[in-house]
Amino acid sequence: MKLPPLDYICAATLSEAIAALAAHGGNAKVIAGGQSLMPMLAFRLAAPTVLVDIGRLPDLKTISISAEGIDFGALVTWRDIERDARLAQAHPLLAAAVAHVAHYQVRNRGTVGGSMAHADPAAEMPGIAVTCDAMLTIVGSNGCRIVCADEFITGGLSTVLEADEIVTSIHLPPWKKARRWAFEEFARRRGDFALAGVAAFYDIDAQGLAFDAHVGVIGVADRPARLPGVEALLNGRRIDADVILQAATAARDAVDPADDIHAEAAYRRDLLGVLLERALARAADIILPEAA
Amino acid sequence: MSDVAKLLVGSAVERMEDARFLSGSGNFADDLAVEGMLHAAILRSPIAHARILAIDASAALAMPGIRSVITARDIGDVIPIIPLRLAPLPEFEPFRQPVIARDKLRYVGEPIAVVVADSRALAEDALETIGIEFEALSAVTERGASATPLFDFTEDNVALRYDAGFGNADKAFASADYVRTERFSVQRHTALPMETRGLLAEWNSSAGRLVVTGATKVTFYNRRALAQMLGLRQEDIDLIEIDVGGGFGVRGEFYPEDFLIPFAARKLARPVKWIEDRREHLMAINHSRDVACELSLACRSDGMILGLRGRIFADMGAYIRTNGGVVPAKAAQFLPGPYRIPHVSVSVEAFMTSKTPVGTYRGPGRFEANFFRERLIDMAAMDLGIDVAEFRRKNLITEEELPYPIDGLVPYEGPTSYDTGDYVEVFERALKEIGWTEKRHLQGKLIDGVRHGIGLGCFVESGGAGPKENAAVTLERDGSLTVVVGSSVLGQGLETVLGQIAADTLSLPFDRIRVLHGSTTLLDEGFGTYHSRAVVMGGSAVLDAATRLREKILERASNHLGRPNSELKIVNANVIADNGASVSFAALATDSELQADGTFSNNVRTYSYGTHAAHVTVDPRTGAVKILDYIAVEDVGRAINPAIVHGQAIGAIVQGLGGVFLDHLIYDDQGQLLNASLADYLVPTASDFPVLRAVTLELRPSPSNPLGAKGAGEGGIVAVAAATANAVAAALAPLHVEIHHLPLTPPRLWRLIKDARERRTNAA
Amino acid sequence: MTSARPVHFTVNGAAATVAVEPRTTLADALRNELRLTGTHLGCEHGVCGACTVIVDGAAVRGCLMLAAQAEGCEVTTVEGLGSAAHLGALQLAFRKHHALQCGFCTAGILATAHALLTDEPQADEDRIREVISGNLCRCTGYLPIIAAIMEARIAYSDVQREAAQ
Repeated sequence: MKLPPLDYICAATLSEAIAALAAHGGNAKVIAGGQSLMPMLAFRLAAPTVLVDIGRLPDLKTISISAEGIDFGALVTWRDIERDARLAQAHPLLAAAVAHVAHYQVRNRGTVGGSMAHADPAAEMPGIAVTCDAMLTIVGSNGCRIVCADEFITGGLSTVLEADEIVTSIHLPPWKKARRWAFEEFARRRGDFALAGVAAFYDIDAQGLAFDAHVGVIGVADRPARLPGVEALLNGRRIDADVILQAATAARDAVDPADDIHAEAAYRRDLLGVLLERALARAADIILPEAA
Repeated sequence: MSDVAKLLVGSAVERMEDARFLSGSGNFADDLAVEGMLHAAILRSPIAHARILAIDASAALAMPGIRSVITARDIGDVIPIIPLRLAPLPEFEPFRQPVIARDKLRYVGEPIAVVVADSRALAEDALETIGIEFEALSAVTERGASATPLFDFTEDNVALRYDAGFGNADKAFASADYVRTERFSVQRHTALPMETRGLLAEWNSSAGRLVVTGATKVTFYNRRALAQMLGLRQEDIDLIEIDVGGGFGVRGEFYPEDFLIPFAARKLARPVKWIEDRREHLMAINHSRDVACELSLACRSDGMILGLRGRIFADMGAYIRTNGGVVPAKAAQFLPGPYRIPHVSVSVEAFMTSKTPVGTYRGPGRFEANFFRERLIDMAAMDLGIDVAEFRRKNLITEEELPYPIDGLVPYEGPTSYDTGDYVEVFERALKEIGWTEKRHLQGKLIDGVRHGIGLGCFVESGGAGPKENAAVTLERDGSLTVVVGSSVLGQGLETVLGQIAADTLSLPFDRIRVLHGSTTLLDEGFGTYHSRAVVMGGSAVLDAATRLREKILERASNHLGRPNSELKIVNANVIADNGASVSFAALATDSELQADGTFSNNVRTYSYGTHAAHVTVDPRTGAVKILDYIAVEDVGRAINPAIVHGQAIGAIVQGLGGVFLDHLIYDDQGQLLNASLADYLVPTASDFPVLRAVTLELRPSPSNPLGAKGAGEGGIVAVAAATANAVAAALAPLHVEIHHLPLTPPRLWRLIKDARERRTNAA
Repeated sequence: MTSARPVHFTVNGAAATVAVEPRTTLADALRNELRLTGTHLGCEHGVCGACTVIVDGAAVRGCLMLAAQAEGCEVTTVEGLGSAAHLGALQLAFRKHHALQCGFCTAGILATAHALLTDEPQADEDRIREVISGNLCRCTGYLPIIAAIMEARIAYSDVQREAAQ
C-alpha cells in the first residue's frame, strides 16, 4: 500500500503555502500531521499530485486563552491539548472530548486544523467546534475570512475550503464558570470513531433554570450537528430526570442516521438518546433510574 | 558447578528467540533484500463473479520500471491447481483453486495478473492502469443461492454432503423425554497475523534451481506441490523458513502466490519479492469459521443426554483450498464434545459462494462446535430446571470411561478415541476459579445499570497429528549443539521449547544450543507445524535424536577416557567417569562433530481438554459487554515451558474474544468485502479485555508420546465463544434474549433486546 | 518533481541522509534505505502500530509520516533501544514476562512504551493500556506486555531521578 506518486513542498511561510496550493489548482493537498490524509493516500482514495506541508509554519502551534475565548493554531496537536493544564478549567468540554481522539501515536501528530479540514462526521473536534459556535480563520489567495464551524462543514468529509485555502486557527468562545456540561461517546473500542457521541452544555440562572443550552452530536449524520429542538426543550427548564428523558426522546426524533457496516440506523438513533440521557444526568449531577 | 543440572523441561525459561526480536534484529520476509531484486504486486479481482473477456496490460508495460505483467496466458494452456493437503475428499477435487484466474473470476481478491517492477510502489502504480473487460455475473453470497452456478458442472453450488455418526440417533430421539433443536452460526473471520504473507523467490538459471525464502508451516509438502506445478524436481527447490510473524492456521498453506512469485522469478531470471499488503491480506488469505449449524439434543428429564443430531452448513467460499474441508469436518466431529453421548448423528454440507476461500484458523471447527453445543446445553438445562453446571457434571465423560471412542465422525479419518484425562476435575477447578457457587446469585441481576452473567464452556480438543516428524542433532566442534527439525516456526517459541528438550537430554547449557527449523535444506523430510503438533511430534523427534546423540557421546567418551559406558555420566557438557576423569563435549568433538538423527512416528491423536468460565456484564441500553473475569483451565498433559503455554492460552483467549465480539469479514449482497482495512476489521486491543486468567494443568500425560505432551496452542480459543456467549445469554435471560449467532456486537445485542421486548409486548 | 531527493535526519544518534521519492514514508525510508528493518510494517494505513518510531521524543506511526517530514528530526528506532547483547531495561522486562511471541509487533510496542515511560515514568496501568491500545498484537493477548511495561517503569523513574540530580 504505497502512496501514489506525488511531489512534496515544505512551505516556510503561509504565503508560500498558499501560493503553492494556488499554483496547482485542485491537484494539491495540504498536509500537516497527515493522520487522516496518509491512510487515504495509502488506499489511493486520494491522488493529489502535490502535498504542501504546512507542518513547519511558525505561529500556528499555540493555544491562547483570554477573556475573548480560546484560540488554537491549526497545528496544535491532540497531545498539546492533553498537556495544557489550563484547558481543564478554560474549556473542560473540549478537554474531555479530545481525550477520546484516536491513539497515542496519532495524538502526537494529528492536528486540530487537520481534523476540521478532514471533517469526519464522527470526529470529536468538529463536533465540539459546531457545538460551541467555533469560528475558523481561513487564509487563501484572496485573503482571510472567518467562518463559523456550522457553515464550515458542508457535508461528509467536505468543507467550504477552496483549493488554495488553509485553516489557520480555530476560536472557541469563552467558557463560563459554573457552566454544566458533559461529553459522552460510544465506540466499539477505545480510540475508534464513535458510533454516536454527544457534547452538551448549558448555564443556570438564579432560579436554577437552564439557558443557552448547546447540544451537539457526532456520528449520527454526515456531519456534526446541533439539535436546536433539544436545546429549546432544555432552555428555561430545571434539568431533572423528566426533562432529560424528554430531551433524549427529542434527540432520537431529531436525527436520521444511516445504516452502515458498524451499526444499523435504529441503533445509532437509540444510542444517541441513551448518551444524551447520560450526558445531561452527569451535567445536572443527578442519578437517573436506569431502565432495563 | 552443581552435579545435577536443573531440568529445563517444565521450567518457564526465557525464550531463546527474544533477544533478536527485542533488538530489532529478527529476519522477516520483508527484511530480505538481495542484489537485483524486483518487486511484485498482484492485480486482484474487484468483482465477485464475472467472466473475463479481455485483459489489457499495454499501458502498464509502457510505464518506467515495469519489468513484466504476468497473466494466465503467460502461464500456459494448463493453469496449475492448488492441491488438497488435508481432508482430501474426492468431491472437493473439482472445486480446487487455479493459481490465477483465466476465464472466470469467483471472488473479490482472486489473482488476475502479477506486475513485476523495480519497486513495490511502481508495481502498484501499474496495477491501476491494467484494463480488465468483464461480463459481470450474479454473486453467490449465501447457501441455497443456486440460481447462479459458480462452476458449470454443478447446479446447486454444493461441493459436498455427507452423513456420519455412531449409535442410533433416531431411536434415541424417539425415546427421549426432552428434545430441543436450535440454529446457530459463527461469522466469517480470519486469524490476522501481524505479519502479512511474503516471500522472495530466486531462480538460478545455470543450476536450474529455485530458492523460496519466507516459507513456513508445511514446507516439504509445499515444495512437492510447487515442484509439480513448475515441472521441476523437488530436489531443485529449496523452501527456506525465516522468522514468521504469526500463523494461527492461515499462514503457510499453499496459496496462489506461492506459485506465481517463483514463476515470475524463473520467467524473469531475477529475484522477485512479494509482500502482501494488509488490504489484500484481508481478501486473499484464508477466511475461516463461517459455519452454521442446526443442532438437536435429546435428553431424559433428569438431564442425561441420550443423543445429539447436528447439521453443519459451511460456507467454503469460492474454492476448496488446501485445508478448507477441515473446517466443517471438525465442526461436525467436535459437536459431541467431552460428553457421554451414546447416539450421535452429524451431517455436513459444504457449499460454495463467491467469497474468499476458507481454511483453518486456530481451533478450526472446535470454536464453532463448542459454541453450538454449549449454548444448546444451557438452553436444555434451563428448560429442564437443572443448574447448568450440574447438567454438565452429569454428562461429562468420567476418567473410568476413557479411552472413549469417537469413531466414524470424520469420513477421511480412521478410528480415534479421547485418550486420558479427568474431565470432571478440570471442570470443578474452573467452577472454583470463577467462583461459581458464590456468584450464582448474580445471574441476570441488574446492578448499576448493567446485567451480570456467568457462563461455562467445556471442550475436548485434538492435537498432535501424525504421521511423523524428523530431527537431527549435531555436537559441533566447539562443543555447541545444533538441533534441526522438520517442524516449522510460527512465532510460538518453538526454538526455546525444542532447545529445552535437547538441553535436558544432553545435560548441556541452554545457551550452547541453536535450533534450526522448517527449511527443506535441513532434512530429507519434514512434516511441519499444524494441528498443535510441533511439540508432540517435533519435540519427540528431537528427544529421540538427542537420546541417540547421548549414546554416541558416551561411546566416544568411553574410548577417550578408557572407561566403560556404565561408569560414565554426563554433567553440564562434560562426561565424567566414576574415577573422576572427565572430558568436555568440546574436546570430544574437536576433531569431528558427532551427529544423530531422530524420528517420531505416531498416528494417535492427543486430546487436551478443559473448561472455560466467563463473568460478564452487559449494558442493556447500549449492548456493550464487559468481561469482568475469565478463566480457562486446560490439561495439556505436560507443559515443556509453562510460560510459553500460558502465553498461548492467554493469547488464544483474546483471539477468541475477538471472534466473539469484534472480528467479522462483512460482505454485501454483491459479494464485495466491505471492511478490507484494519480501521474496519476490528481485532482486540490492549484496553478491551484486561482481566483474563489461564490455568494450565498437567494431570494426565499423553500416553502416545515420550514427552507426555498434548497439543497446547488451541485449547485457549476453542471454548471462548461457548463460555462467553453463555455468560451474555445468562445476563440477558431476564430480558428473554437468546444467543444463537456471533458476533455479539453492541448493535446486535441491542437489536436482540429490542426484538425480545417487542415480542413480549405484542404477546401481552 | 516526484524523483528522489535527499532528506537529512538523525537516527539513533547518528546523522543519516536518504535519497527518496517524496511519496516515501518514514518507515519505508528507515527500512529500505537505512536497512533498519527492526521497524515493521503491519498495515501501512495507520492502525496497527508495528511501525511506531520515536520522532523528536514523540512516538509516531512511521507509515503516517513522510520521510521528507522528518527533515532535521531526531529519530529513534528499536535498534536504538539496546542491542541483542545489551538489552535495555524495557527489553529485559519484555523477555522476562514473555511479552512477545512472534516478535513482529514488538518493535512498535517497545518504541511506544519507551516514549511513554520516558515522558511519564509513573504511568499507571490504565494509562499504559490506553497507550498500548494503539498497537495491535495478535499473539500475546497483551497481558504480559502490560506487565512488562509496568515493571520497566522503575528503570525510567531512576533515569528521571538521575537527570534531575
